[in-house]
Amino acid sequence: MIHDRSILDEKTHAEAGSTLSRRALLQAGAGLAIGVYIAGRTPSFAQNRPAPQSVNILPNTFLIIAPDDTVTVLCKAIEFGQGPFTGFATLVAEELDADWSQMRAVHAPSNPALYKNLLFGVQGTGGSSAIANSYEQMRKVGAAARQMLVATAAERWRVAASEISVENGVIKHASGKQGRFGEFATEAMLRPVPADPQLKDPADFKLIGRDGAVQRLDSAAKSNGSAIFTLDLDEPEMLTVLIARSPKFGGVVSSFDATAAKQIAGVVDVRQVPTGVAVYAKGFWPAKLGRDALKIVWDDSKAETRGTREILSEFRALAKTPGKTVKQHGDVDAEFAKGGRLIEAEYVFPYLAHAAMEPLNGFIKWDGDTALARYGCQFPTPDHGAIAQVLGIGVDKVKLEVLLAGGSFGRRAQQTVHAAIELAEVAKAIGPGKPLKLVWTREDDMRGGYYRPFGVHRMRGVVRDGKIEGWTDTIVGQSIMKGTPFEAMTFKDGMDSTTYEGSNEIPYEVANFRCDLHQVDVGVPVLWWRSVGHTHTGYAVEAFIDELLEAAGQDPVEGRLALMGDNKPRHAGVLKAVAELANWKGAKLEAGRVRGVAVVESFNTFVAQVVELSMTEEGPKLHKVWCAVDCGVAVNPDIIRAQMEGGIGFALGHILYAEQTIEAGAPVAGNFDKYRSLRINEMPEVEVVIVASGEKPTGVGEPGVPPLGPAVANAMAKLGLPRPRQLPIVPGATA
Amino acid sequence: MTAYRLNINGQSHAIDVDPGTPLLWAIRDGAKLTGTKYGCGVAQCGACTVYLDNQPVRSCSLPVSAVGDSQITTIEGVGGREAAAVQAEWVKLDVPQCGYCQSGQIMSAAALLARNPKPSDRDIDLAMAGNICRCATYVRIRAAIHGAAKTLEG
Repeated sequence: MIHDRSILDEKTHAEAGSTLSRRALLQAGAGLAIGVYIAGRTPSFAQNRPAPQSVNILPNTFLIIAPDDTVTVLCKAIEFGQGPFTGFATLVAEELDADWSQMRAVHAPSNPALYKNLLFGVQGTGGSSAIANSYEQMRKVGAAARQMLVATAAERWRVAASEISVENGVIKHASGKQGRFGEFATEAMLRPVPADPQLKDPADFKLIGRDGAVQRLDSAAKSNGSAIFTLDLDEPEMLTVLIARSPKFGGVVSSFDATAAKQIAGVVDVRQVPTGVAVYAKGFWPAKLGRDALKIVWDDSKAETRGTREILSEFRALAKTPGKTVKQHGDVDAEFAKGGRLIEAEYVFPYLAHAAMEPLNGFIKWDGDTALARYGCQFPTPDHGAIAQVLGIGVDKVKLEVLLAGGSFGRRAQQTVHAAIELAEVAKAIGPGKPLKLVWTREDDMRGGYYRPFGVHRMRGVVRDGKIEGWTDTIVGQSIMKGTPFEAMTFKDGMDSTTYEGSNEIPYEVANFRCDLHQVDVGVPVLWWRSVGHTHTGYAVEAFIDELLEAAGQDPVEGRLALMGDNKPRHAGVLKAVAELANWKGAKLEAGRVRGVAVVESFNTFVAQVVELSMTEEGPKLHKVWCAVDCGVAVNPDIIRAQMEGGIGFALGHILYAEQTIEAGAPVAGNFDKYRSLRINEMPEVEVVIVASGEKPTGVGEPGVPPLGPAVANAMAKLGLPRPRQLPIVPGATA
Repeated sequence: MTAYRLNINGQSHAIDVDPGTPLLWAIRDGAKLTGTKYGCGVAQCGACTVYLDNQPVRSCSLPVSAVGDSQITTIEGVGGREAAAVQAEWVKLDVPQCGYCQSGQIMSAAALLARNPKPSDRDIDLAMAGNICRCATYVRIRAAIHGAAKTLEG
């Protein structure tokens, strides 16, 4: 339970959404801190605190109500733009009947017992699960706190709790008595936390799903430069560390000469670490100059030697042979043998870097016995264990604090915990006592691997008498999870489900169907990338169904709806909604403008998009994207819209321009000049409709991505162009 | 190492660095002002945008030795009607997602409005295309610039 202290005795730092640092807030004598377990508290802190046994440890350590009436939610999900600070605070405030202006949010530290993702069993953010796994939990936190405050007021006023109402942060009784949360919080904290507090009827929601009811808690700090990211951490005597890593994947240091590097003013030390050679310096620039001056001989005997071209020809050859069957029904081979119009398409997907705006980094301080790590950590539990293991100390001796991160798109959740290991190795190599900030340059980040896997889908379909009678999808790809702790969770029959998710079950009724997989090992490290398998399965399925519908002479919207039958109401729901929003009257418009549509379910959220584009010499020019999303109960409508807008832009930039090419085992693109990112002049207008739903809320961080690419391809086809078979659509695009 | 005096946000900062040090790192590691971000180091992304005598520049690609007596303005010190209008609109429309690029976006947007109080979409494209946002908040950036222009109109 030592991690709890990290909430209590942290260095002062302003975190987004709060003008108060956590320390200041706690020193102010926080009143109600639901479930904050305070064993091991500092003496000064103890003076303000009741004895530990008076506070329930579980279920929650999620909320602090301070005497100044602020309500601070400790957010167990990392905030990197997708909105959990605001989302979690909305859920708490709703049940607490707080006023939005009193809400704040900070990150919870690493502590799986308290802050586990209820879908994962460990603390971590991913799979668009933050709201999905916390919807009830955080509402209960708010409801429990409300009940405790009301009970306290009832006692003080000597009235029945049932006669007390709470509205906009004010506790009221019919007698005219009223008070604010802060007046009752300290006493309320002494009460046991109700285990199963009454939750509101959704009909009574004032914040959840109410447009304009809340604003993001982090907008102000992110608009004036005060939001603190890992790169911004600083301490006296802190050293900045840059690592020279192997240019080829799998290369290791054979020997190195640091003489010249050590002569650079500001360079303090140079040490070998398992991933390369680390330069420790007083600031970024000396570290960079020092690293540039290193002379390193690499041992490439175990390195990957192939390039994208070689990998592609291997994958293509494999795609022509049957893989291991993932799913089948009917007899597709017999169906193909019957004749009809046989259609084939092979889609090739490049390696993609996440290229979040803030490259990877991390802060660590190790004194030999204990360690403090602080960074934008997306999977605290595995990282926490890895750091402890490298340093040879217990997990209880390591504090891991989560900071705001400048984007992730999957990159900061590492199934191999490689960045956490490297951070600890950097501390171990120089020895205890030095605060260190490990910084990756843009090039380090972009050439550092852990890409969206390269892959091929070979699709075959048969259309007879206007009907799609057979469908096969042969996937060749590299497993993301193989050999990692996540293998057990995601593998089925020896195959990685994240490679075929979306291809094994399509929302269309086709009588004869097969999806098979070649799972191939490549020495290029890969990772989940915003929407994981759906980044390619969504494209393959939705571009191909469109092609088959075209062959069958059917409208892309009507044809899809007919094939969904009555079994896919939520797919059909978003498709109908987007058709209505876009006023869909067929794919072809005037003046060279065409439209394409696609619908993809990912992470239990359903998204359909219609794009309108025309072609220019530089490739497709998107004018507008219409988007319908069904994510169950819409907690924060404006954040959902923002995630759809952002998902569309993120998808568009990659589908048009992005590709990480590998040559002889080494990645080529190192910066945004060669790895072209979408820019504002390329961003289409976006209109989003959220389909009303009473289903459990599901995520929105990823699901906006998959439909965009195939919708673009399907629109291009209406100009007589082939649906792009190899991505990106504009190969060799440079900024 | 060379000693420099940098005028940042109206304050003089003594900084002792290699003359080739990009202004960005003099601001961040030297003056300890961290609102200006590192994103690419090669003037591709605009996260490091600051003003040099009121003109937006990419501080990652400007050596500190070239700054001289110029007035440097960072997100921490940006003032004036345009910046205030832009920042207010950024908050009103909840423009930021991860937020990491937004200091640079805001510096570019405020500079645009200072020289062109009523920019068209095309003007916005030209002025803002140097600022990458990987979260692709571009729809709201555009709307916020138009909104700020409206505020400035009075």
